[in-house]
Amino acid sequence: MLDIRDLHASVAGRPILDGLSLTVAPGEIHAIMGPNGAGKSTLGYVLAGRPGYEVTAGEVRFKGQDLLALEPHERAAAGLFLGFQYPVEIPGVSYLQFLRESLNAQRRARGEQDLSGSDFIKLARSEAALLGMDVELLKRPVNVGFSGGEKKRAEMVQMGIMAPAFAILDETDSGLDIDALRSVGDGINRIMRSPERAVLLITHYQRLLDYVEPDHVHVLQGGRIVRSGGADLARTLEREGYAEAAA
Amino acid sequence: MTAPFPTRRQEAWRYADLDALQPVWEQLAEPLTLTVAAGGKLEQCWVPSEEDVQVRRVQLSVGRAATARILVVNSALIYGRIEVQVSLAEDAQFELFATNIGKANSTNEIVTTVTHSGERSRSLQVVRSVLNGQATGSYIGRVEVARGAQQSDAEQSVKSLLLERGASANCKPELEIFADDVRCAHGAAVGELDPLQLFYAQSRGLDPAGARAILLEGFVMGLWDRADDPETIANAARAALRRVV
Repeated sequence: MLDIRDLHASVAGRPILDGLSLTVAPGEIHAIMGPNGAGKSTLGYVLAGRPGYEVTAGEVRFKGQDLLALEPHERAAAGLFLGFQYPVEIPGVSYLQFLRESLNAQRRARGEQDLSGSDFIKLARSEAALLGMDVELLKRPVNVGFSGGEKKRAEMVQMGIMAPAFAILDETDSGLDIDALRSVGDGINRIMRSPERAVLLITHYQRLLDYVEPDHVHVLQGGRIVRSGGADLARTLEREGYAEAAA
Repeated sequence: MTAPFPTRRQEAWRYADLDALQPVWEQLAEPLTLTVAAGGKLEQCWVPSEEDVQVRRVQLSVGRAATARILVVNSALIYGRIEVQVSLAEDAQFELFATNIGKANSTNEIVTTVTHSGERSRSLQVVRSVLNGQATGSYIGRVEVARGAQQSDAEQSVKSLLLERGASANCKPELEIFADDVRCAHGAAVGELDPLQLFYAQSRGLDPAGARAILLEGFVMGLWDRADDPETIANAARAALRRVV
């Protein structure tokens, strides 16, 4: 589904990714772990196409297409979703309007019909309920006045509504209490555990992986993957630290 | 007798397009007068016409414990000017929620003078400008608190978004306060669309034009939250935004 080959990328002229290669097959969940500054968030932003994150070498194929040739909104329509580490606030725009317009823009780009207002509300209600989120929150402006945990739950509600083929979740577990962590973990399993979908979980800690069992775990350090293994690698990292495990 | 034609040396006209004003001055020289009687309530929507030059000059007198709210979309293709002079009696309240929306070489400006004559009078002006091309959008807001108008409360909030390098925004508060127990707040900001908000919206599937449109709508539409009848003004604002971006 996703095939990253020898990816180099810079931010503001500073090289961050330095020859990263990774292949994710449909049905798989991969966890990317690593110390601060290793390039984890940069990888997420590069894959989603954030301006200012410049790819200097390498290639990324997503479902057979050249991902890097697509604009951010085209990547979304192709089925890529980035769950933000710090979800962005948009004053004056209600969550419901934002998501409805976004989803319909994706659908039109794929040649599908718009979802009607009532069908959309039904979908939003059911996704919010499944993630234990008060649907009233979705009438408020996007992320404005949301707590850290509410923002992360709202990202998962968005993922549920968009139903992407591939999700990159950037520290979706940070800022969550135990209950929120469990419901976010359940959300990821419910929405994304499928033979046609795949996930890249970016995380610092083992704790989310207690709820979402990864098929593969990678250690990212200095802009490249320095070690890969199964779910047990995450537990080794937790015990020994990155410096030890990567040595 | 017609009032003398203004000059740019007058503070209230310093950003005006006087060439555009000249041909229409005679019918505008005397402001319209509006009065809200004691205890009364007024809400008006001022929406743009099809004219290239649109100037509205109003003197508004708000009686004791009366409230007046004016909602404005100022979006002329050449020159738009909204000028309101307000006097507030005891416990009177005046609110202005206004947007300048301009493109190309247009000049759109809002000029208010609010005189707090009575005690406990309140005023609020909120102005949001969206400026494309070489457009200019201005707000000059004068607040006068008369001697003895204690516990008056005046607030101005002015924000402008410049969509292109050639666009410009002017904002100028002027406060003249002769009472010592009052609250007068004012804030202004001029900036561009936030690139991170744009990216967030695009990452959810909106194309660049759609992402810009939804952010601009959010920037402007919050103005009508308190309106009794937001429908008319919101539609006018949406139409004006579509014209300029």
